[in-house]
Amino acid sequence: MADYERTIAAVSSGLTESGISVIRISGPRALEVADRVYRSPGGRKKLSEQKTHTIHYGHAVAADGSVLDEVLASVMRAPKTYTREDTVELNCHGGVLVTRKVLEALFRAGAEPAEPGEFTKMAYLNGRIDLSQAEAVMDVIRAQNDFALSSSESQLSGSISRKVRHFRDIILDVTAQIEAALDDPEHYSVDSFRESAQQSIREVRAEMAQLSESFYDGKVLKEGIRTVILGRPNAGKSSLLNTFYGGDRAIVTEVPGTTRDLLEESVRWSGLSFLLTDTAGLRETEDKVEKIGVDRARNAARQADLILYLIDSTESREDFSSEDRDALASLSGRKCIVLLNKTDLAGEACAVEEEKRLREIFPDFPVLSISAREGLGIEKLKKRMAELFLNGKIAYNNEVILTNERQKMCLDDALQSIDLVLDNFDAGIPEDLLTVDLMDAYRSLGKIIGEEVEDDLADRIFEKFCMGK
Amino acid sequence: MSVRPALRPDQDGAEYMPFVEETYDVVVAGAGHAGCEAALACARLGLETIVFTVSVDSIAMMPCNPNIGGTSKGHLVREIDALGGEMGVNIDKTFIQSKMLNTSKGPSVHSLRAQADKRDYSQQMRHTLENTDHLTVRQGEVAEIITEDGKITGCRMVTGAVYHCRCMVIAAGVYLNAKCITGEVNTYTGPNGLMAATHLTKSLMEHGIEMRRFKTGTPARVDRRSIDFTKLIEQKGDEPVIPFSFTTDPASVQKPQVSCWLTYTNEKTHQIIRDNLDRSPLYSGKIKAKGPRYCPSIEDKVVRFADRDRHQVFIEPEGLYTNEMYLDGMSSSMPEDVQYAMYRTVPGLEHVRIVRDAYAIEYDCINPKQLKPTLEFKSISGLFSAGQFNGSSGYEEAAAQGILAGINAAMKALGREELVLDRSQAYIGVLVDDLVTKESVEPYRMMTSRAEYRLLLRQDNADLRLTEIGHRIGLISEERYQKYLDKKKNIEEEIERLKSYTVGGTNQVQEFLDRNGSTRLLSGCTLAELLKRPELTYEKLEEIDPERPALPADVCEQAEIEIKYEGYIARQKRQVEEFRKLENKKLSTEIDYSSIKSLRLEAAQKLNDYKPSSIGQASRIQGVSPSDISVLLVWLKNRQSRKGKD
Repeated sequence: MADYERTIAAVSSGLTESGISVIRISGPRALEVADRVYRSPGGRKKLSEQKTHTIHYGHAVAADGSVLDEVLASVMRAPKTYTREDTVELNCHGGVLVTRKVLEALFRAGAEPAEPGEFTKMAYLNGRIDLSQAEAVMDVIRAQNDFALSSSESQLSGSISRKVRHFRDIILDVTAQIEAALDDPEHYSVDSFRESAQQSIREVRAEMAQLSESFYDGKVLKEGIRTVILGRPNAGKSSLLNTFYGGDRAIVTEVPGTTRDLLEESVRWSGLSFLLTDTAGLRETEDKVEKIGVDRARNAARQADLILYLIDSTESREDFSSEDRDALASLSGRKCIVLLNKTDLAGEACAVEEEKRLREIFPDFPVLSISAREGLGIEKLKKRMAELFLNGKIAYNNEVILTNERQKMCLDDALQSIDLVLDNFDAGIPEDLLTVDLMDAYRSLGKIIGEEVEDDLADRIFEKFCMGK
Repeated sequence: MSVRPALRPDQDGAEYMPFVEETYDVVVAGAGHAGCEAALACARLGLETIVFTVSVDSIAMMPCNPNIGGTSKGHLVREIDALGGEMGVNIDKTFIQSKMLNTSKGPSVHSLRAQADKRDYSQQMRHTLENTDHLTVRQGEVAEIITEDGKITGCRMVTGAVYHCRCMVIAAGVYLNAKCITGEVNTYTGPNGLMAATHLTKSLMEHGIEMRRFKTGTPARVDRRSIDFTKLIEQKGDEPVIPFSFTTDPASVQKPQVSCWLTYTNEKTHQIIRDNLDRSPLYSGKIKAKGPRYCPSIEDKVVRFADRDRHQVFIEPEGLYTNEMYLDGMSSSMPEDVQYAMYRTVPGLEHVRIVRDAYAIEYDCINPKQLKPTLEFKSISGLFSAGQFNGSSGYEEAAAQGILAGINAAMKALGREELVLDRSQAYIGVLVDDLVTKESVEPYRMMTSRAEYRLLLRQDNADLRLTEIGHRIGLISEERYQKYLDKKKNIEEEIERLKSYTVGGTNQVQEFLDRNGSTRLLSGCTLAELLKRPELTYEKLEEIDPERPALPADVCEQAEIEIKYEGYIARQKRQVEEFRKLENKKLSTEIDYSSIKSLRLEAAQKLNDYKPSSIGQASRIQGVSPSDISVLLVWLKNRQSRKGKD
């Protein structure tokens, strides 16, 4: 649980492929933690001995002493900092992967990953943010939490959360078996079970280690604001994806219904990453494959953080198709931008007229005219998309990255616990101590997919073992 | 405290009838395991206390299994004892067999269990109650509670008598609207044919208390002379016997013990049960109340664990002066004829004669989320409750709540600070927190796996954890307290000595290590470091520890455990520190959570429902997420700051 005596670290700027990312470390032990990762050119300078509000050149190093990145470290002592606690900011230069490694080194050095909204909360709890803003602060924390929560699992590909569930399942089984025997020693014996338990744990450990190593390689994480491109067939959805991507990612033809399945691509700008999903055009269809595609599109839309709804402006009519109408009505209350596409073909005047009409019918949504094929209006759209998420100072992107950092950290924590279990198995430590670490691992894994423990263990014991008199 | 006859308008308002009226500090309704501890705690603290029971002959009755303790329950008994309760002392007086379970496992799951002579247990407890100053034992049934402005002021008996009080503890057990079921036959009584209490539920509901219905069950008692013991496996007690109470002299409990016996059900037994499931009240839908999963009836076991070809049956004596034997493992609500048929398939029981049928019992109890962690009702000041009435199961769970409810009723009556035990202090704390915080749909039983800090909450150190509290409350004598302080000091000194005493790699030491399968020393090392090796024990190390002082066994045990498991213990202590931070952030029951805008609707509803007493408790309520807790923390801070400004 987050509390304000912790020392926390997180990427506080947007994490972009090029340019600088800033890692903020804040809390009573910020300087001490930073010193374990920071190395000055001479190797002797300590950040903890520097004056407040000074900047120092040096390197970030891993625990084994290897250089991770060139950094500029800003030392800011309490109380004149955002959080009113000692703060160190590390400007990293090496891009996403390197920044992550620096962050990981900081965690190993004793910092903890910030909880959603924790910097804001600390600033508030330490009196930096005025009381009158308390309600706004709670809303921000709430929003950041909800976002982190909803993204925590969706940021993992389905196969990964399945894996984590599988790890948990095995760990819980082993624990339940041990606990059943401890609770009812006259009915169950754990002695005969020690070896097979050890074997199960060893197998899980291997799988967990593999997952941890591959965590950043792109197969595990799909990070970004989930943005789904929606619209009727041939509205130009795939063209829009290609324009964002800057290349031919999706197949584009004149034939309506070309896109059958979901197509994902991650794109970044303004310090935000968007996970764009191209979908099959929405229409009633008898084609089995296309039908599945349409269902998937609707599903993706339900889980999206942002929806780009495309309308073909060349199909100028008196009214909109009922499909457009229904689709947009069902999106009420969601973050959605309506895009009037193919304005290069329809002509400017026509587009302006259409835009006006759309605004009247759907006053909730911003409406923009673009030409996905020609790239017209795209810059304006990008700006608009970023604005939607940067308003209210909610750094959603940071939350996404934090979520993933927390997940990796939790996975590694679980691994550590499992290692302890295996060591102690070998050392002949009694089972009631082994399950302490097993449950720690179980809890850590639960945090990855956003599940707390509750009464899982008791339930599993009762479910699998015939207990009692 | 005088008996004053008085007049009261009759229900019709027409006539007047005299009734008895008395005033006490505390009224305890029920003299089972919870009621006895509650009443004794109050009386021992000097409060005039009256305890009501439907039958004085059934004080501290054991209507189910004939034993006290067992895994995690043994921990509770030790904790009750450390707080100054009676259960441990009483079982030490009346046990007929004793065993320490799980001794091959780590110290956190060692659990003491003793077979009781049931009649003697009840008799001794009655004797204690009857001879405690300030305590009155009275037979009678409480019909109504009386309140004024949301405060308890007394109760009315079925006879019309009124007892005024400052605080009341309800420990009604399974007696409220009790119904016993054996097959097609129902009897509307409590256990053993005792009168059920049929009025109180209605009165409680009229006072806005939410009631529900639970179920539990018990096996048949059979005639010892009808058992063929040659087919059973004998289960002897431990020697030497370890007493439950920290005040019992171990020498006083070394006495001859009786045996229990083990046998198994088989495919024939299971077939009879399967063939008669349509006559089982559990499966025919006749019993709708929720029963416990951990204590299933034999029909439940056969259905739910169909792959198991046999189940254990322990045959246990009910006492020294009776031929009745208890069939542990075969509780049932099958009809009488099916009971005979199934019991007689079990080896050793081929010709068994039943003395009392097995039965299931249904009863009214409360949803314990209506209680504070002090076991006081949130909605009725001064009204406390404990035991099976709160939705728990087991004698020990009942007694544990009983002593806590009793202490708090006394504290309230005396205007002193009430006692809350948290999850890091005691199993009692885990038990009560689970009851008042978690949504439970079955009678709650204690388990060691429910205690997340169980390495710290051992049965061997219950006195070290709780004597201080018992003394502060006033239930632990000065003499006992002094003994505790001495023990604590001795332990600390011995740990210190073991940590500073260095042994070198002398021939004697290396030879000792070889002999015990331990690796040789490369350089000097402390005794404490050696003690941490799993293959070495405090006892073994004596050989290379010439300066060892003569210490009592319990001191040596503590020193050994504290050193051997130091790493784990330190880790749990760190976790406890984290846990305490949130426990210490208190929440008033006055808070209206729906007024906190940023809380999710579901969370606000749950919080209003439970009215948690701390942020920590709030975080354990199902449906309250970590982000709701963040919001609450900010809200709390904001409120405190505002208060500071006012």
